[in-house]
Amino acid sequence: MAALWTLSLLLSASLLGCLAMTSPDGSPLPHNLPPSLGTNISDGSLSVDLPMALRVFSMDYHHIQAPFEIVLWIMLASLAKLGFHWSGRVPAVVPESCVLIMVGLLVGGVIYGVRHSAPPTLSADAFFLFLLPPIVLDAGYFLPGRLFFENLGTILWYAVLGTLWNVLGIGLSLYGVCLLAQSSLGDVSLLHCLLFGSLIAAVDPVAVLSVFQEMQVNEQLHILVFGESLLNDAVTVVLYKLFESFLRLPSVSGLDVLLGGCRVVVVGIGGLCVGLFFGLLAALTSRFTSRAQVIAPLFVFLYSYLSYLTSEMLHFSGIMAIVTCAATMKQYVEANVSERSNTSIQYFLKMWSSVSETLIFIFLGVSTIQDIHMWSWPFVCSTLLLCLIWRATGVLLLTAFVNKLRRNAVTFRDQFIIAYGGLRGAICFSLVFLIDDFPKKRLFITTTIVVILFTVFVQGMTIKPLVELLYVKRKKRALPTLSEEIHSRLIDHLVAGIEDVVGYWGQHYWKDKFEQFNKKYLRRFLIRNDRQASSSILRVYQELERREQRGVEEEAPPIVDPRSQGRPLLPEEMESIRRILSRNLQNFNNKQTPAYSRHTLHQDTSVDRTRKPLYRHQSLGERYSYNTITHFQGEDGGLSEPQRVRTGLSRSHTVCSISPRSTLLDSSDSAGPAQTRSTDPKAAREDLVSPKHKETVERAARKHLSFVLENEKQQ
Amino acid sequence: MFILFESLDRDNRGCLSPDDFEALGGLAMNPIGGRIMEAFFSSGQDTVDFSSFVRILAHFRPTDRNRNKEGAQQELPSSRTRKLKFAFQLYDMDRDGKISREELLQVLRAMLGLQVTEEQLQSIAERAIQEADLDKDDAISFDEFKKSLEKTDIDTKMSVSFLK
Repeated sequence: MAALWTLSLLLSASLLGCLAMTSPDGSPLPHNLPPSLGTNISDGSLSVDLPMALRVFSMDYHHIQAPFEIVLWIMLASLAKLGFHWSGRVPAVVPESCVLIMVGLLVGGVIYGVRHSAPPTLSADAFFLFLLPPIVLDAGYFLPGRLFFENLGTILWYAVLGTLWNVLGIGLSLYGVCLLAQSSLGDVSLLHCLLFGSLIAAVDPVAVLSVFQEMQVNEQLHILVFGESLLNDAVTVVLYKLFESFLRLPSVSGLDVLLGGCRVVVVGIGGLCVGLFFGLLAALTSRFTSRAQVIAPLFVFLYSYLSYLTSEMLHFSGIMAIVTCAATMKQYVEANVSERSNTSIQYFLKMWSSVSETLIFIFLGVSTIQDIHMWSWPFVCSTLLLCLIWRATGVLLLTAFVNKLRRNAVTFRDQFIIAYGGLRGAICFSLVFLIDDFPKKRLFITTTIVVILFTVFVQGMTIKPLVELLYVKRKKRALPTLSEEIHSRLIDHLVAGIEDVVGYWGQHYWKDKFEQFNKKYLRRFLIRNDRQASSSILRVYQELERREQRGVEEEAPPIVDPRSQGRPLLPEEMESIRRILSRNLQNFNNKQTPAYSRHTLHQDTSVDRTRKPLYRHQSLGERYSYNTITHFQGEDGGLSEPQRVRTGLSRSHTVCSISPRSTLLDSSDSAGPAQTRSTDPKAAREDLVSPKHKETVERAARKHLSFVLENEKQQ
Repeated sequence: MFILFESLDRDNRGCLSPDDFEALGGLAMNPIGGRIMEAFFSSGQDTVDFSSFVRILAHFRPTDRNRNKEGAQQELPSSRTRKLKFAFQLYDMDRDGKISREELLQVLRAMLGLQVTEEQLQSIAERAIQEADLDKDDAISFDEFKKSLEKTDIDTKMSVSFLK
């Protein structure tokens, strides 16, 4: 409760701040670039009245006005979001987007009430250039690739054909309504209706993301709705621009329509190619970031944003470009870049997309309070009804077709959720503002706002209980166990083989082919030499080992829970463990150093001895677990060069000592060898060069043995 | 289906031999291609006739799931179990009804190839057995195998759609 009070206090404080600071003469759009940075405008400055003397205290608001307001808005948005999560039972019932819109409505109402003029609205440019990319980038980076490609046909089917169906349906039937209500709506032409249809029919990825993510439905359903909302951007963009240009043309011919159709393909594929290009470029760049790791995350964002801007410049689909870019570069970047950089990338993505989304919803609320509304009962109600009807029929029809071709039929429940989850959001809103002015434009704006509010509030709030009511299959929460992963892989190979026998070029065939291509060319080119290997089995294994080391029981991988708190932090007792470990290690170190030199036994001259102790402490700092102890024992125990087993070990250690950051690879290796180590020291003893060395190592090895056994008992 | 059989049967003997399978390039590149081949030749025979060919491929028919009730997935016990049995046989080359550590290692080696070191392979196999082995006999029996895959959607994974 106290938290709630403090938060609401803070909220109202920033609200007042927004109010007061906005200058009364036509508030600027909050995302204007700062007007003039260099000059000193002292117009609005107050000052203590000391005639002809130095001003001791002065305030110059105009100087910092634009950034200040931006920050205030972001602060307001974030505080609202915080308050939402602290407000007890509200998150269970009301999705976040609804609350944010309500806060926006409140703020807008207050601003309107105080200043009697329209509050700042979301300019379409600001939305498309600054607010939308982070969200789509985040979506693209964390896109479950395998699931997406498995369902790609269905997704494309829904996105392209479904959107077309909706657009034409809504447009034409709205025109019918306009014809019927000649008196009030007579001047809305067919093209206008079609234009309106094109912008209102599209499912919005932002709204879908925010609502579905709280719902945790099964992944297939999620990817269907979400994939559709991403890919229908191409169709929407083209249709919107098409109808807009038709409006400007004196007449429309059949050829224009045909060209429009070609444009859809061009826009879609163009976006894809731009995205691919920048994605591969980013992957290549990340290969060389080993010496300047701090800026490695920056490249991810820069290249993605570049791809978005480039495709917007070429009038391609920006959303498709950025999604493709992110999805392409992900596996290579993750392999190339250190673990900390990976974490920073993920956290920044989440943070930015979260801020963007919050801002969008708040501005949706604020912009609703305007005095440019025009209401017309028939138009608004019929739009609402038609949206629902056409989406439902569209989904039903399309699914009936597509189920014949799918292995895994989309059930009726899923279909219902797909149809019901077709939320409209801020994209429609921005698009409607971009229409050229014509008498009924305000009506369109009002209707769009009503539809958006309806879908977000009514559909958004009721979809969660409906999901539970209808027993829609929910998401699996656990990380796959290693056996699951291994067996799944085996079955994949099996089915690929069978498909070969049968001569059927199914999904597995193409997937196999792509994987081979990937392995042979792409990975070798785009990934650093020392990071090449990683099959999915290995990755799952490493992930599991990593989790065990941290000793944290997690029930879902972080990807599943994007916006809530991240992983629980490492506990403070790690500090004491670290101290104990380092003390123990000091003892080991001191014993080993005079006894032998690695160089005399190992042919591996690339190992730098001086680096070794440094690396040990470093890795201790990064990986606090008993495994590091066993690791060191291992490398001391595993001396003999001729044994092939050992070279595998030393290779990985060499790699790790040269690139001290890659502790990930190292400690997971160590986890493996730890268990087989108990047998190794014995074998190692035979291959030693001198009896003295043998003796010390024997002693050490025995110690290792006991230690290892101890640890294994603990395990 | 018979057309397919005939197209595979190079020397028109009315049955398939190992060379026919090896002629399929993709299968050769498949890490477990050899095992798949052997699965077709049951009980030490040299050739596969049409009926056994069809029988094996029948494992990969998509199962017809009637869903009256969501939530509890009604699996037709025969088909899912049969599919799992087939997959199990790929591991269990000596047909003793259990996947020993060595057999698991062989499969892992084939699938992971040169990507991992020997110790990693050992530890992966160790861990996999630890996870699945409930009766602690250091091998995975068919029931344990089935249990470890209970969350995976085998029916859709192991279906080749044209075989409907």
